[in-house]
Amino acid sequence: MKGMTIIVKTISSWVKMLIFLFGIYIILFGHLTPGGGFAGGVILASSYVLLMLAFGREFAEENLSLPAASKFDCIGAFLFALIAILGFVYGGAFFVNFLYQQYLPGEPLHLISAGTMPLSNIAIGLKVGASLFLIILSLSICCKDFKFAGPVSGKE
Amino acid sequence: MAVFYILLVFIIIAAVIAVETKDLLGAVICVGAVGFGSSLMFLFLRAPDIAITQIVVEVLGLIILIRATITRDRTFISGDREFFAVVVSVVIIFVIFLAGIRVFESLPDFGTAVFAEAPEAASRTYISEGLARSGAANLVASVILDFRAYDTLGEATVLFTAIIGATVILRKKARKLLEAPDK
Repeated sequence: MKGMTIIVKTISSWVKMLIFLFGIYIILFGHLTPGGGFAGGVILASSYVLLMLAFGREFAEENLSLPAASKFDCIGAFLFALIAILGFVYGGAFFVNFLYQQYLPGEPLHLISAGTMPLSNIAIGLKVGASLFLIILSLSICCKDFKFAGPVSGKE
Repeated sequence: MAVFYILLVFIIIAAVIAVETKDLLGAVICVGAVGFGSSLMFLFLRAPDIAITQIVVEVLGLIILIRATITRDRTFISGDREFFAVVVSVVIIFVIFLAGIRVFESLPDFGTAVFAEAPEAASRTYISEGLARSGAANLVASVILDFRAYDTLGEATVLFTAIIGATVILRKKARKLLEAPDK
């Protein structure tokens, strides 16, 4: 598909990796600094929305296809439920922070601390990012009026 | 303190314009102004977690809304309002206002913590023992993912169900469109 002008394409091809890295940083440091799984996941999704706006829907779909996005979505949900059930198995109650209490206390203010919390953040970030990408992809597939390509002025 | 009142007046004016204007794109931009104003409010109230989430979700929602409104043929709302709908919404707002007076009287003053008035509040435990019990430096993360992880599980389930519903509803139409691509 056509996409936007060459200026938008060039700049967004530089910026997309920075946005993606910032999303990963927000997710990984969610237990130390403001942010967390949800905000980081939305930032990951918005980097793909930038691709979709600048290069058209087909290009974004080549990068992350619809079945792959739905697999990431399911993997995130499964990981989060698995962490909860592992807390039941090893700690005795649903959602117990068993890693911090028994196996890997870690030091506060370090990256590896807080037990299961970084793992939960990663799972939620994967889930939220993939599902928001899926929403926007299905919206852009299904509505003829809602094309993520072409100039903004609307003459197509 | 004055900055909160300036932001509040800004948010209220933007919300009224968003409801009253006939231009769809202008209404969408005013909704964005409401969102960014409330995110600034969270930032000044020292809640950076909520401010980040609010601003990121606002940007994504605005992109979707602007793309949805800008390519439509009809970007202006025409026709008058329905009389019955106006009456019902005014009555509902009045009832909520009456209930809200009682609630606002029982709240602590603006900017003071809840446990200043209710010493047994759970938030005091989170603040004093959160680091020792969960080991996370960010207390909000320790509340979201440790003390109240059930809430997060419910939130993830809501999102999952919403995705399933959206794709199932849009699937039939999508297949039809995919079989006959752009002409």
